[in-house]
Amino acid sequence: MEINRYMPNSEAKLEQLVKEPYKYGFKTNIETDTIKKGLDEKIIHLISTKKQEPNFMLQFRLKAFARWKKMNEPNWSSLNYNQPNYQNIRYYSAPKKKKKLNDLSEVDPELLKAFEKLGISINEQKQLANVAVDVVFDSVSLGTTFKTELAKSGVIFCSISDAIQLYPELIKTYLGSVIPSGDNFFTALNSAIFTDGSFCYIPKNIRCPLELSTYFRINDEESGQFERTLIVAEENSELSYLEGCTAPKYDKNQLHAAIVELVTLDNARIKYSTVQNWYSGDEFGNGGIYNFVTKRGLCAGINSQISWTQVETGSAVTWKYPSCILTGNFSKGEFYSVALTKNYQQADTGTKMIHIGKETRSRIISKGISAGHSKNSYRGLVKIGPNATKSRNYSQCDSLLLDNNSSANTFPYIQVENSSSQIEHEASTSKIGEEQIFYFLQRGINIEQAISLIISGFCREVFTELPMEFALEADRLLNLKLEGTVG
Amino acid sequence: MLEIKNLHASINQIKILNGLNLVVKSGEIHAIMGTNGSGKSTFSKILTGHPAYTLNKGEILFEGKKLNKLSPEERSQLGIFLAFQYPVEIPGVSNEEFLRIAYNLKRKSKNLPDLNPIEFLEILKDKLDASNLTIDFLNRNVNEGFSGGEKKRNEILQMTVLDPKLAILDETDSGLDIDALRNLSIGINNFMNKEKSLIIITHYQRLLDYIVPDFIHIMHNGKIIKTGDASLALTLETKGYEWLIN
Repeated sequence: MEINRYMPNSEAKLEQLVKEPYKYGFKTNIETDTIKKGLDEKIIHLISTKKQEPNFMLQFRLKAFARWKKMNEPNWSSLNYNQPNYQNIRYYSAPKKKKKLNDLSEVDPELLKAFEKLGISINEQKQLANVAVDVVFDSVSLGTTFKTELAKSGVIFCSISDAIQLYPELIKTYLGSVIPSGDNFFTALNSAIFTDGSFCYIPKNIRCPLELSTYFRINDEESGQFERTLIVAEENSELSYLEGCTAPKYDKNQLHAAIVELVTLDNARIKYSTVQNWYSGDEFGNGGIYNFVTKRGLCAGINSQISWTQVETGSAVTWKYPSCILTGNFSKGEFYSVALTKNYQQADTGTKMIHIGKETRSRIISKGISAGHSKNSYRGLVKIGPNATKSRNYSQCDSLLLDNNSSANTFPYIQVENSSSQIEHEASTSKIGEEQIFYFLQRGINIEQAISLIISGFCREVFTELPMEFALEADRLLNLKLEGTVG
Repeated sequence: MLEIKNLHASINQIKILNGLNLVVKSGEIHAIMGTNGSGKSTFSKILTGHPAYTLNKGEILFEGKKLNKLSPEERSQLGIFLAFQYPVEIPGVSNEEFLRIAYNLKRKSKNLPDLNPIEFLEILKDKLDASNLTIDFLNRNVNEGFSGGEKKRNEILQMTVLDPKLAILDETDSGLDIDALRNLSIGINNFMNKEKSLIIITHYQRLLDYIVPDFIHIMHNGKIIKTGDASLALTLETKGYEWLIN
């Protein structure tokens, strides 16, 4: 390609960076409590029993499983992958607990070490002072930090397993209320066998004093991760939430099928950010996570707001459309996304904005960056119903190609069923060109810095939406991922 | 300052320069004129090291140092600046950030420490005033959504901030109205002094009314076919290029 001409000077350095291994690809050796592979009603009973769940949860799971058995994997995306063998996956794997833990500091030192290595300190003294963390390792939550601090303001932040035991009424009301178990193949699967995840509840008139965050780690080679997150923001409350994920390098594909449900009542606001860095496979496309995730927020209340921000850099395959259902009048949905694909990664990601209430607004900013032989597609639906009068949507989808072998696609679907609403859609595709690079070089800026600046600039509108601590991290992560991909 | 000896260059086997000779001394302003396709703009790219072009013969010396094999960024660090005819847009990168990075890299090449944004702003302020620009200009993304005139002004702002020894202005006057041209010329004249050199590539005499060259070169088929003083431009204005080419 054209940019190759610039390479002789820096070839050796870039070569070295390309080969830089995935930093989070290590495996933790730990005694685990696992069940046999495969999926049937017995397994579901077993998981439910292991988690000492009330009967309503078991029924919820069994109903979902019955639905799942009748469903097929969706095939409408642009993704090309080998269908997982669902009977060859282990649906439960957890570090063995020696005794009941009172505190995260009692967690197995091997695990603590693993998280230290990932840059996640679960020791409250050492971590970011304004972020509370829930850490999920394979199938279980190891615990959450700052519980007492949060409890003072009435905020509940715990694992979903704990929530099922402690707050069954909230779970009965909200679990599956935004994403019914039969929504799609993967939601049915998740609803049948989800093992853990996070639960947040922000009471009326409370602005959550800390950033809440969940860190997901897949460790076991044979197991999939099926986590479930539920966040409820009562009237007039506000929350910012961040999710991060990594996995060891295995040459087999692993399945991750999660559900995230958000609910905002009148005047409430949730900002949900994701930095997804699952293992994406090697440079020949072997291994990596299959990431089939359903995320949806319900703006149930008047003037409520849900904002999704995602930085998708990992996974071999990403199938993910964080969406907003805007039923409350004057409610607002936002979707900000950066998806980076390289090597043989495939991403099919976007959003759905369903306008139901009056004068609802939505905003979509999607940035796709593709390198290598990767495929990067934006797929989005904007639907404005007959009663959603005077509603507005703005969508902007930009793609940046780093070389000639990668591809970028945009599939916008638009349905408007009233005449007083407005939709605006802009799309662009650009390629980092020789003239653009030459401009930087002529000003004395070298090619690595030039590309890094072009990429950061391209993503700026999305990065500014991330919580501050993570905006820098995302920028760094993207540059790290891209170093050496050009040329 | 600059000495070009018998330079031959090509792109995809097509010959672009065919034995170009040029000597530019400190304090001199040289104008290069010529018909479309005579190789003027290409010459500026070859001089600054654009990788699309191959040097087949001859040499480029800058302050006695041979440039032939140096990368574009190395030539830039030595003090060669090109004001582009068509400056590129860089979405999401502010003018301030772009300038500061370029400026700090230049300091780094001289083993000087980086300036932080606040220190850098002090330096920028004077340059902005001199270029008749306001602070808002710095917060806009590099050339994004700029008018033709703004892009050219931005090139000259970058030139004054980076303070090169040799500046090449590639058709900086094209697409400018009379007032913009006059203002820009003031900036360029202020930049110029006895230690610096200027090469102006242009089609029109009118820029040379404001920036008076010491020499005018006429380029044709990739070499200089005539050299004269400032009056040559006036002759061209009346007689065209025909009489020179035939």
